[in-house]
Amino acid sequence: MPGPLLEIRAARRSFTTPEGRDFAALDGIDLRVEDGEFVTLLGPSGCGKTTLLRAIAGFEQIDDGVIRLDGADIGPLPPHRRPVNTVFQSYALFPHMSVARNVGYALEVRGVARKSREAAVTEALAKVGLAQFGARRPAQLSGGQRQRVALARAIVAQPRLLLLDEPLSALDRNLRQQMQIELKDLQNRLGIAFVFVTHDQEEALTMSDRIVVMRAGRIEQAGPPREIFRAPKSRFVAEFIGETNLLPAVVRATVGGMAELSLEGGQVLHARADSLRPGAKVVAVLRPTDLAPAEQGLAGIVRRVIYLGADLHLRVEPEGGGGEIGVILRDAGRVPAQGERIVLGYDPARVHVMEAGA
Amino acid sequence: MTHRQRVQLFLLLTPVTVFLGVFFLIPLGTIAVYSLLTPGLYGGVEWSFYHWNYGRIFGWADGITEVFEPVYLHILLRSLGLAAATVAICLVLCYPVAFWVAGLAPRWRMLFLFLITLPFFASLIVRLYAWLLLLKPSGLLNTVLMGLGVITEPLDILYTPVAVILGMVYIFLPFMFLPLFASIDTLDRSLIEASGDLGARPVQTLLKVVLPMTVPGIVAGGVIVFIPAVGNFIVPDVLGGAKGLMTGNLIEQQFLSSRNWPFGSALAMVIMALVLGVLLVFSNRARRAGGRT
Ligand SMILES: Nc1ncnc2c1ncn2[C@@H]1O[C@H](COP(=O)(O)OP(=O)(O)OP(=O)(O)O)[C@@H](O)[C@H]1O
Ligand SMILES: [Mg+2]
Repeated sequence: MPGPLLEIRAARRSFTTPEGRDFAALDGIDLRVEDGEFVTLLGPSGCGKTTLLRAIAGFEQIDDGVIRLDGADIGPLPPHRRPVNTVFQSYALFPHMSVARNVGYALEVRGVARKSREAAVTEALAKVGLAQFGARRPAQLSGGQRQRVALARAIVAQPRLLLLDEPLSALDRNLRQQMQIELKDLQNRLGIAFVFVTHDQEEALTMSDRIVVMRAGRIEQAGPPREIFRAPKSRFVAEFIGETNLLPAVVRATVGGMAELSLEGGQVLHARADSLRPGAKVVAVLRPTDLAPAEQGLAGIVRRVIYLGADLHLRVEPEGGGGEIGVILRDAGRVPAQGERIVLGYDPARVHVMEAGA
Repeated sequence: MTHRQRVQLFLLLTPVTVFLGVFFLIPLGTIAVYSLLTPGLYGGVEWSFYHWNYGRIFGWADGITEVFEPVYLHILLRSLGLAAATVAICLVLCYPVAFWVAGLAPRWRMLFLFLITLPFFASLIVRLYAWLLLLKPSGLLNTVLMGLGVITEPLDILYTPVAVILGMVYIFLPFMFLPLFASIDTLDRSLIEASGDLGARPVQTLLKVVLPMTVPGIVAGGVIVFIPAVGNFIVPDVLGGAKGLMTGNLIEQQFLSSRNWPFGSALAMVIMALVLGVLLVFSNRARRAGGRT
C-alpha cells in the first residue's frame, strides 16, 4: 500500500516574542493527508493553522520534525520547488497582470509554450466559472470573482496538494455558503488533496473528509466530521464544534453497554457507553438539537424562549439544579411557555461521555 | 460653484500662483528671452533679436559673427550620459538595499533612514573635498590599496570621469533611495510569496512581479536624480578637473567668467528641452510598461 501523500511528524516551530520569550506556534504536530483527501485545520485564532500551512508551502522552516510529500523529505526545498500551491487569504493576485496572465503564471514561469498555456488557462477559468473574464484586471473583479481567480491560478499547474488559508472568510454569508459547495465539488472533480484552514466550525463540518482540531500549536483531535461532532475527546473540542451542553456527572452503574449517570442536580441520565467505571467523574455531552419534549427524560423549568424562525431555542433549568441546558427545537408543534415544566427526551446513543478534566 | 466658494478658491490659490509666478515662471521667462538677445560687449545684453546663440550650439553660425563649435553639443550629450549613468548606478545600488531595509524591524529601519539622510547635515562642498582627499594619489584609497599590496602604482582616479561619476552617485544616492524605499515598502509581500508558491525562481519573481510593481518608485527616483544630475556643475568642478567639463560648468562659465549671458541662457534652454524630451519618452515607456498585460 502506498504511503500517505503528506506526512508531518513531530513538527515544531517557535517564535521569539518581543519580550524575548520563546513561544511554540507549532508544538509537535503529527499529521497525514491521503491523496485526494479534504482535510480541514480548525481552531481558534492564533492556534498555529497558518503557521502549519506556511510550513507545508515552504514559507516557514520548522525547527524540528519532518515534512514528507510522497515519501520525500521536502523540508530543505524552497517554496518554488514544492509541488504544492496555496490560495492565500488575501488572494494575492498580481495587480499588474490580467486575470488570464495571473492564472497562467505557474505555467509561464515553467516555460510552458504559449499555446498549451492558453488552453490550460481557458480550462481553469471555465472550471471556476469565469470563462469570460480573462482580459480583466483583478481590480475590476468582485471579491467572489477574485477568490475564484486565485483558485484557478492555484490549480492550473495541477499540484499534488492545494493549501487554502481561510479562503472564504472575506466573503459574505450567502456567497460563502455557495463557494463552500463549489469548492467541495471542484475538489471532487480534480481529485487534488486539499488542506483547508478555517475557524468556522460549520464550514469545516460541511466540506471536510477529515477535521483536524488544533489548539495552541497542538492537534487536539482529528477525525471525520461526524466523529468530531458526536464524540469529541475533550471539552475544548466539544465547545468549539457547535453549541453543546456539557453536564458534569458521576457514573452510578453500567449494565450491558448502558451507563447510568447521576447529574449534579441528582437526575439520572442514560448513555450508551462501554468501559465506564462506576464512581468515575465524567462529563456528558448533549447537543441541544438532540433534546425534545417527551414523556420521559430530564425534567426542568423553561427559563427562556428564543424564537429564531426555523429554530426555537430554549434555556431549561433542570430540576434539582446544576446549570442551564440549551435546547434547539426544529419545527416545534407547540411553543412551550416561560416558567412551564418540561420533560426533555433524548436518545441514549446520542449522549457522549468523556472523562472529566479532558 | 457658489460665489462664496469662488472667492474662497481665489484666495486660496492666489499665494500659490504668486509664488510660482515669482520664483519659477519669471526666471524661466527671463532666461528664454535672454537667450534670444545680443550679448553686450562687456556683459549684460543688448535689446535686439539674435539667433546666433543657438546657431553656435546647433551649427547655423555664419562663421563671422559667431562660430559653430560641435564641442557644445558634445558636452550636452556627455552631461546626459553622465546623468543617465548616475541614475543607473544609484538604482542598482539602492534597489537591493531598499529591499533589505524594508524587511527590517521598525526601529532598525528608522535608524537606517536616519543614516541615509545624515550627509545632508554637512555642506556639499566639504563632502566633495573629502572625496578629493580620499581619491588623490597620496590619499587614503591609494595608501590602503598599496599598503595591502593590491596595487603598486597609485590609481589615477582623480580628475577622471570615474571620479565624477563616483561623486555624482555619492551625492544623489539618498534621492534615489527614498522614493525607491517608499515604493518597495508598500509592496505587498504576499505577492512575492505567491509568485514563489506558483513555481517562480527568485530571479523570475524579481523580473515579473517585484520590478513591475515598483516602477513608480524607480521612475520617481530616476527623475529626481536625473534632472539635477544633468545640470550639476559642482562635482565636475571639484573632482573632474579641466577635461571633465559638463553643461553645468559651461553655463556657469558663460554667466560668470565669460559674462555672455545670452549664450549661457541658450545653453540652459537647450539642456532643459533635452531633459524634458528624455523625461517624456521615459514616462511614456514606463506608463506603457505598467499598462502591459
Ligand atoms: N513571524 C512570526 N513571528 C512571531 N510570531 C508569529 C509569527 N507568525 C506567527 N506567529 C505567532 O504564532 C501563533 C500562531 O500564528 P498563526 O498565524 O499560525 O495562527 P492562526 O491559527 O493562523 O490564527 P488565525 O486564525 O488568527 O489566522 C500566533 O500566536 C502568532 O502570533
Ligand atoms: Mg491564520
